[in-house]
Amino acid sequence: MDPALNIVIVDENPVRAAILADGLREAGYTRVARIEETTSLLTRIYSLDPDVILIDLENPSRDVLAQMFQVSRVVKRPIAMFVDQSDAAAIEAAVDAGVSAYIVDGLKKERIKGILDLCISRFNAFARLTNELERAQNALSERKVIDRAKGILMKVKNVSEADAYAMLRKTAMNENKKIAEVAQSVVTAAELLK
Amino acid sequence: MSGESLRIGFIPLTDAAALMIAADKGFAAKQGLSLDLVREVSWSNVRDKLNIGLFDAAHLLAPVAVASSLGIGHVKMPLLVPFVLAANGNAITVSPALHGALTLAAGGGDLADPKMSSQALARVIAERRKRGADPLTFGMTFPFSCHNYLLRFWMAAGGVDPDEDVRLVVLPPPYMVDSLSSRQVDGFCVGAPWNSVAVELGIGHILHFGNDIFARAPEKVLAVRAAWSANRDDVLKRLVAALDQAADFINNPDNLDELVALLAAPNRVAVAPEIIERTFKGRLRIAPGGPFRTDPNYILIGRDGAARPEPAHAAWLYAQMVRWRQAPLSPDFLAAAKACFRPDIYDRSLGASAGLSVARSDKIQAFTGQPFDANDIAGHVAALQAELKNR
Repeated sequence: MDPALNIVIVDENPVRAAILADGLREAGYTRVARIEETTSLLTRIYSLDPDVILIDLENPSRDVLAQMFQVSRVVKRPIAMFVDQSDAAAIEAAVDAGVSAYIVDGLKKERIKGILDLCISRFNAFARLTNELERAQNALSERKVIDRAKGILMKVKNVSEADAYAMLRKTAMNENKKIAEVAQSVVTAAELLK
Repeated sequence: MSGESLRIGFIPLTDAAALMIAADKGFAAKQGLSLDLVREVSWSNVRDKLNIGLFDAAHLLAPVAVASSLGIGHVKMPLLVPFVLAANGNAITVSPALHGALTLAAGGGDLADPKMSSQALARVIAERRKRGADPLTFGMTFPFSCHNYLLRFWMAAGGVDPDEDVRLVVLPPPYMVDSLSSRQVDGFCVGAPWNSVAVELGIGHILHFGNDIFARAPEKVLAVRAAWSANRDDVLKRLVAALDQAADFINNPDNLDELVALLAAPNRVAVAPEIIERTFKGRLRIAPGGPFRTDPNYILIGRDGAARPEPAHAAWLYAQMVRWRQAPLSPDFLAAAKACFRPDIYDRSLGASAGLSVARSDKIQAFTGQPFDANDIAGHVAALQAELKNR
């Protein structure tokens, strides 16, 4: 571990970038900066002069970084991507998690390994968080649809809420569908018949 | 014929049409292939995922396939190209301010002539330097791209040194138009549909079609890892056949409406159908509210032998890398570059008749300079660079 390493995170997602930055600081890396805007990305990177650049794979600006490998008068230091054939497993894990790392040429692989491992686990944690949030939102919208369908049935069929729910559940079982799907058809049909 | 599933990475651009049509119109299925097309956001992603085997094949910038095979700019990964997905298709667009300055500098000369426009650019740059203005900035999509080489070739022909007299910056295509409107760049070279988008917004003038600079340049290729292809000759042949049939579909004018509708889908190119249609008709509006220009060679997908991978084309791409100091000149590199483009696989798949247009298709035909000779890259580069220094 080398707390003096200067790390830059390029990520448009503020939550994930924060999770990543916190993790790095907890691990003792104190010099962590984040770039969120995509304009003049290279200028920002050159002024921060990082040893390690971490970038989200879904960020189109990855191609901008390709310019750093070019021999040109604006380049301060050559930077190599942390991808080489001997590290196939590490690279696959990184790509799977959605993160890519670039390091200053000459930096030892062992020194970057810890950083990359940490990023991979943080990216995965963030993906899990996002999935859970999505599931929760789906559940919420499903419940809303079921509530609306129950309301429609109660009004049209003049039944109680419990009976309306029982009707939805029975139809769902008979048709081998989810209750939310049946509820959605009820809502759609009611809208068509309005 | 066994069913084989292939995962193929692509960037949402009209020049990936042959892949999309092969998948969406059943040409791949007819060959016993199932294509899983995966949309990507950057060329770096496409290249890396192809390298580590997450993709079986990819829609790739032709120069990236050569650079990967040589191991320059990135990890060395020998790739093979059995099919060129598109030739040409790019354009150079400049801001209204720069267009005005070029018109003035041309002094009544015809800016549609790239010799004239590049000399006008040299005059604009000299004038800006005299009054201490910032250098002009131009956007392109990747260091190893025909966009980069087009801009550089054009500028150098007018005596402009692209490394000294202007700033060349990499910009992801979706950011090009924004960067032009916010004056981060004064011009750019990019493929469809971004030039048309800039013109429609009133913030850009299309100065040149790519084929004004190089009559025929390999733009995007289908690439696979050489190691992967080793025992998959049959799969490659079937894939080439499916792409060839897709190209025939694309080139039949009767299919234009269906083609445009398929490509406009959210999981494909996902831009307005009328903009996509312009690309295939080679009919682009070149100035805000202004006239259309039509050129049948604006983009070539499988027409006139454009799909056949010519080793001479790979050598020419390598020569551009040598000229702009991306790669050293060496006989080994030249041989490796040529070996990357595989007309033998193409011919084996489509039969001898496919090779008929070879004599025509291996010419690049730049607007200035001597014809390219793959056996004399040193001479080619030296002659062009001498021209640049003599200005």
